Amino acid sequence: MDTKVDIQEEILEAVIIRFVGDSGDGMQLTGTQFSDTSAMFGNDVATFPNYPAEIRAPQGSLYGVSGYQVHIGSVEISTPGDEVDLLVAMNPAGLKTNLHSVKPGHTIIVDTDSFSKKNLEKALYESNPLEDNSLENYRVIEVAMTSLTKEALKDVQGLDNKAITRSKNMFALGMVYWMYHRSTEHTIEFFQKKFKTKPAIIEANTKVLNAGYYFAETLELIPNAYTISPAKMEEGTYRIIMGNTATAWGFLAAAEKSGMELFLGSYPITPASDILHELVKHKHFGVKTLQAEDEIAGITSAIGASFAGDLAITTTSGPGLALKGEALGLAMMIELPLVVVDVQRGGPSTGLPTKTEQSDLLQAMYGRNGESPLIVIAASTPANCYNYAYEAAKLTLEHMTPVLLMTDGYIANGSAPWKIQSVNEMPDIKNMRLKEFKENYHPYERDKDSLARYWAVPGTPGLEHRVGGLEKDKVTGNVSYVPENHEYMTHIRAEKVKRVQNFIPDQETEFADSGDLLVVGWGGTYGSLHSAVKHLNEEGYTNIGFAHFHYLNPLPKNTEELLKRFKKIVFCELNTGQLIKIFKANFTGHEFLQFNKIQGLPFANNELKEKFKQILS
Amino acid sequence: MEAAVKEYTYKDFASDQEVRWCPGCDDYVILRSVQKALPEIGVNKENIVFISGIGCSSRFPYYMDTYGMHGIHGRATAIASGVKLANPKLSVWVITGDGDSMAIGGNHFIHVLRRNLDLNIILFNNEIYGLTKGQFSPTSLVGQKTKSSPYGNTQPPFSAGELALGAQARFFARIGGNTPKEMTEVFIASEKYKGTALVEVLQNCPIFNDGCYAKYTDKAVREDRQLFVEHGQPMIFGKNKDKGLILKGLRLEVVTIGENGVEESDILIHDAKEQDPTLHQMLVRMEYPMVTGIIRSFQDVTFEEREDALTSQVKANSAFRKTDDLFFSGDTYEIKG
Repeated sequence: MDTKVDIQEEILEAVIIRFVGDSGDGMQLTGTQFSDTSAMFGNDVATFPNYPAEIRAPQGSLYGVSGYQVHIGSVEISTPGDEVDLLVAMNPAGLKTNLHSVKPGHTIIVDTDSFSKKNLEKALYESNPLEDNSLENYRVIEVAMTSLTKEALKDVQGLDNKAITRSKNMFALGMVYWMYHRSTEHTIEFFQKKFKTKPAIIEANTKVLNAGYYFAETLELIPNAYTISPAKMEEGTYRIIMGNTATAWGFLAAAEKSGMELFLGSYPITPASDILHELVKHKHFGVKTLQAEDEIAGITSAIGASFAGDLAITTTSGPGLALKGEALGLAMMIELPLVVVDVQRGGPSTGLPTKTEQSDLLQAMYGRNGESPLIVIAASTPANCYNYAYEAAKLTLEHMTPVLLMTDGYIANGSAPWKIQSVNEMPDIKNMRLKEFKENYHPYERDKDSLARYWAVPGTPGLEHRVGGLEKDKVTGNVSYVPENHEYMTHIRAEKVKRVQNFIPDQETEFADSGDLLVVGWGGTYGSLHSAVKHLNEEGYTNIGFAHFHYLNPLPKNTEELLKRFKKIVFCELNTGQLIKIFKANFTGHEFLQFNKIQGLPFANNELKEKFKQILS
Repeated sequence: MEAAVKEYTYKDFASDQEVRWCPGCDDYVILRSVQKALPEIGVNKENIVFISGIGCSSRFPYYMDTYGMHGIHGRATAIASGVKLANPKLSVWVITGDGDSMAIGGNHFIHVLRRNLDLNIILFNNEIYGLTKGQFSPTSLVGQKTKSSPYGNTQPPFSAGELALGAQARFFARIGGNTPKEMTEVFIASEKYKGTALVEVLQNCPIFNDGCYAKYTDKAVREDRQLFVEHGQPMIFGKNKDKGLILKGLRLEVVTIGENGVEESDILIHDAKEQDPTLHQMLVRMEYPMVTGIIRSFQDVTFEEREDALTSQVKANSAFRKTDDLFFSGDTYEIKG
């Protein structure tokens, strides 16, 4: 049979590609290279790694499959996407666990060498899917990648069999580069930097990458070639950034702008550890990090550093936030600046460490003993983790109360183009520091507008004072058991947080200012919700508005007024309904609906659109 | 330039707050001894910080006219670590008790000793929970009857010193709660020592555990039951200065000078500065005599010194001075309008 097909150039707006294989197959690297190269070409991109909690799960097993999804486009890309246009499966287990995500009629590339009897059994296939017609609804491209990789490397000296087999992911990448007209140049430069001292590895990877590229070009086995033009993006200097890196950089920027030294006290926890890994690199900026003995020491060392005058932060995920609860109450009581980052994951208990969820909101709001309100804000995209980390630092320094910054595994591990924002473009950060002796200083004297207390740090002569977790006299800060004082202080701490409303922007709506339905979201679901409402808007539903909240406590001042402009309001959350609980407690007379998903996965575009249409019908 | 060191008396370190411990508590002795030590350490009081956890002893910072924080239960050592790392110029003192440091704060306690930041830790060991009104603590004795062990305690105690040395403490001192002069000296030495200095005070609780150290600390028996060690001096004790320690096999033995041919020159000389903690551990374990004074004072590299050296090295090798240098480095690309 002649498998040759005329090569047609198909121009697409966007394409979604998923690379899957064993957790040791290098799928994360393959995906990252493809997205970086595409971004440099000028595409908008969004990525989503999906990997098992086990570091090296048994080879070939279903639960050991590691994947990396890339969404690239000539149009605005707001999510890594749902169903894929191209699946690259390096083994049967990868095919089995990801087949349901491939759009019918679309392309699957497989490494036929890996479809051995043993691997088929490990993937629980009763018959070989490449032979039993079960893939007839897809365009399957069968490539003996392992053999071709070996062939390409037969003349390269100094490589063992393992190293040879391991580079087959570059064969796959080379093929995909050719299919989407991407240059191999960036990846070759990457090899040269990464393996500077190992010329054999550079040579091998480059050879295999090129072999894959030329294989796709010359054998004409590829049914279609695709072109994706550069996206219309704002002019400027960009880089691809992961959410956790952006969070870390936001704090670096805030430290530089405020002229303060940054201190991080932290205990490793998935998926937050990358923030620690990033900040520990930056000792050249004077960043101090302490990998503490536990979560509690992470936050309490940060409280100590804050007391001594640093910009102090701690980073964690849900279980760690639970452990930090008591100390967070102390920071609130002694009214010191502190940012706690909660990179949310699936809960409860140990839950789903590598999967995403938004189920810590109520813990963030209320998870402490006593009346202990905090400022709570949430980032919503990998890139704006930078802005909200910066904002968290600004708010805590200006308002002298802890700030909880919520992100989640989805945006923390996802990456996207970031139009680099220099510190020079960022808003000023004030702080409440008293730099020198002040007659009659009392630690609990406050700014009359923000109610933030003035901050004297050790080393400042004449301002010696004591703070602590016991209730404080409203002026002197001395221990006070006076009943009226306790009530007064409880109200003042709450009022201080509430007044943050006067310093944050009004909530905006997208697509419609008023209408039949307002879609409400917060945190990492921004991309999914935004693209669903956008699609419906393009389909003619001009009566749907979208409000994505970044300020969760306090809520923006205009929230109530905004809700009144819509007949129905649907809260979409990756939990059983937490933000909606807060709204129900605060605003009455609205028709509040909810749409929830608790599968450790982001919302899919179709399920959102269906839900919104159903509400409107 | 650093400001000149001011002259103080102990009164300069007393805050305006009324001290609220029970009458007769050794905590008063410790407070006054600290206030007497501070004028001697050559640090201006704006550079002194007291951090405590929870418990009777942990009210201490409120009574000191320095910077201070009354933290949460067990976490004073971790809070103090943050203070010291943020500003290594500060003289940082941790106030903790036996429950605060070895029960709820046990993890932070061993790790702070392991890291060896330049901190002073004063451990008020009264072998009982005072503030919660009389439960046994991790240093209470087996059989001890308390509110939570009415038939006698069944949990064997920690020895603070053994635990500390096991966690690599480089400085450990022990002092009776009723010997303010020696206590003041030990506090001055602990501040002068660079590294984590742990001082255990055998502190009598007159309400819930009165007399728990009486057999070592009562004036009448003190000289015969306590050995106050000093670096470089023979380990001699007793009213008549006739008892001493010698090493016999793997044990320390008490001998009497002048008996069985023992001479003063046979008595072991105390070497607090020795790196090997074996002898220090043996001294810590003794019950007769109860060894007080500075048992171990081995000078090691501090955590801040290691961090500083690393930071200087990274700074010297890095081209990054401002965040812009980082943000615009590596794989950036231009989008043209």
